[in-house]
Amino acid sequence: MEWETVIGIETHAQLSTRSKIFSAASTAFGAAPNTQACAVDIALPGVLPVPNRGAVERAIRFGLSVGGAIAARSVFARKNYFYPDLPKGYQISQFEAPIVQGGTIQTVLPDGTEKTVRLTRAHLEEDAGKSLHEDFHGMTGIDLNRAGTPLLEIVSEPDMRSAGEAVAYARTLHALVRWIDICDGNMQEGSFRCDANVSVRPAGSDRLGTRCEIKNLNSFRFLERAIDFEVRRQIEILEDGGRIDQETRLYDPDRDETRSLRSKEEAHDYRYFPDPDLLPLEVKDEWVAAERAALPELPAAKRDRFVCELGLTAYDAATLTGSRETADYFDAVTAALVLREPGGDARAGAKTAANWVMGELAGALNRAELEIDRSPVSAQQLAGLIARIRDNTISGKIAKEVFDALWAGEASGDDAADSIIQAKGLRQITDTGALESIIDGIIAANPAQVAEFRGGREKAFNFFVGQAMKATKGKGNPAAISEILKRKLAG
Amino acid sequence: MSLPIDQVKRIAHLARIAVTDAEAEAVQADLNRIFALIEEMNAVDTSGIEPMAHARDLTVRLRADEVREGDQHEAFQAVAPQVEAGLYLVPKVIE
Repeated sequence: MEWETVIGIETHAQLSTRSKIFSAASTAFGAAPNTQACAVDIALPGVLPVPNRGAVERAIRFGLSVGGAIAARSVFARKNYFYPDLPKGYQISQFEAPIVQGGTIQTVLPDGTEKTVRLTRAHLEEDAGKSLHEDFHGMTGIDLNRAGTPLLEIVSEPDMRSAGEAVAYARTLHALVRWIDICDGNMQEGSFRCDANVSVRPAGSDRLGTRCEIKNLNSFRFLERAIDFEVRRQIEILEDGGRIDQETRLYDPDRDETRSLRSKEEAHDYRYFPDPDLLPLEVKDEWVAAERAALPELPAAKRDRFVCELGLTAYDAATLTGSRETADYFDAVTAALVLREPGGDARAGAKTAANWVMGELAGALNRAELEIDRSPVSAQQLAGLIARIRDNTISGKIAKEVFDALWAGEASGDDAADSIIQAKGLRQITDTGALESIIDGIIAANPAQVAEFRGGREKAFNFFVGQAMKATKGKGNPAAISEILKRKLAG
Repeated sequence: MSLPIDQVKRIAHLARIAVTDAEAEAVQADLNRIFALIEEMNAVDTSGIEPMAHARDLTVRLRADEVREGDQHEAFQAVAPQVEAGLYLVPKVIE
């Protein structure tokens, strides 16, 4: 039987506020245990929560950036359960009236097709503390520094049909929360974690199968592998005539499998109710308007602009808008390039610029473990280099040499590429007369290869190109060399 | 509406309150009296009235995003039953 996979994703994004959502304790990562847990966070009797404006502001910004509705009035509710890292015995969350309702995430799949994932909601809530189960004489150690850290839980509709789509969605969402500066996106530190709801059903069916929830996936690779495993597990059970139990599962990266954590039979009954300690949250239109005005150009808009105005492919545009820093860098390269182009046409050098940013530059940054905003080669310098490729001053191959020199800081200023080309004498030989005499020499010195080529062995042509490049120390214009060779060898 | 005894025990378990069989019956009677009161309220026609999330018709005051709490863990942990290496120790919660 043909099976269809159905996936919905819940994401917990830690909001990048300085203080906690209901207390004025610090949210800084990595402090000594319990040094950032104040009386509110550890639930001493008599304390009262006071919401953080910064957390609400970030939720509004998110809602606007996904085209969701910002609730004029939303309500904080208590979600009741017992666990030692939740000292109040309940988590303050939002239930019936979340701050963001609806919205969409537009993502681009690796094959270039666009995919829209609908969002159900996004709500504000507090994080719990951490339980350390190892080696405290059979006891569990509790660190409440994380308790009360603001989270935005972003819930998607079950709109994804493969692990690949789920990863594309999660990556786009991850890029967005960083782009609008509401979350640092640090997955190792748990600032962005995904739960995947996975089910399968016979292809063509419009009824959802029983789902399992895989908790706390903190890397895109684990998200993909956990879903792939889970889909295979469920199909195997169904094809053997079995039944899927609705349950929560954990992914074990060491064994590459998911394991049952708890079944819904004994599931929690959270008994949500409005928190009497907190009045309803009101967000006035003026506040929403101010946040809207302060939003940067969003990744989807930038992507469309790169495709429509610069003629890039959807996939290139999606890659370049993977982070705001990369997109800003690319924008700066194309802006500088336009000034250097004779006609001032932005489209002209855009594809070359995209290739350099995603290729040579990304590779060098990767090797040096640098982020693009710390790139030793500035956008202006890269534009200066690309301009020299485009006006045939240097070949693409020599350009890599110039790039390495730029990277090494051998020249400074916006025109550093020109200084390097000048200093190293890398200017391309386009003088046809000079190239012709070099090529005449090569042809005369290699009668055997000439005979081979004329005898029909086309590959021998590359030998001559190679010899010509060698004779010109890589500075011969490849197009000119090829043209002269074709003419002379034909004769 | 009357609450069966197994529901009473379930509610007690969710609240982590130990209730003996004898106590459960007393609690059942109490809860049923509360339900009777709720039923009386349910009889009131509230159609067209927006439910309130809070008894007071006000909205919440927000706090500026500033860190104003220092480290007080030593004072807090002085009254905790068991601590080690800055952590609160509790009975083991997983196997």
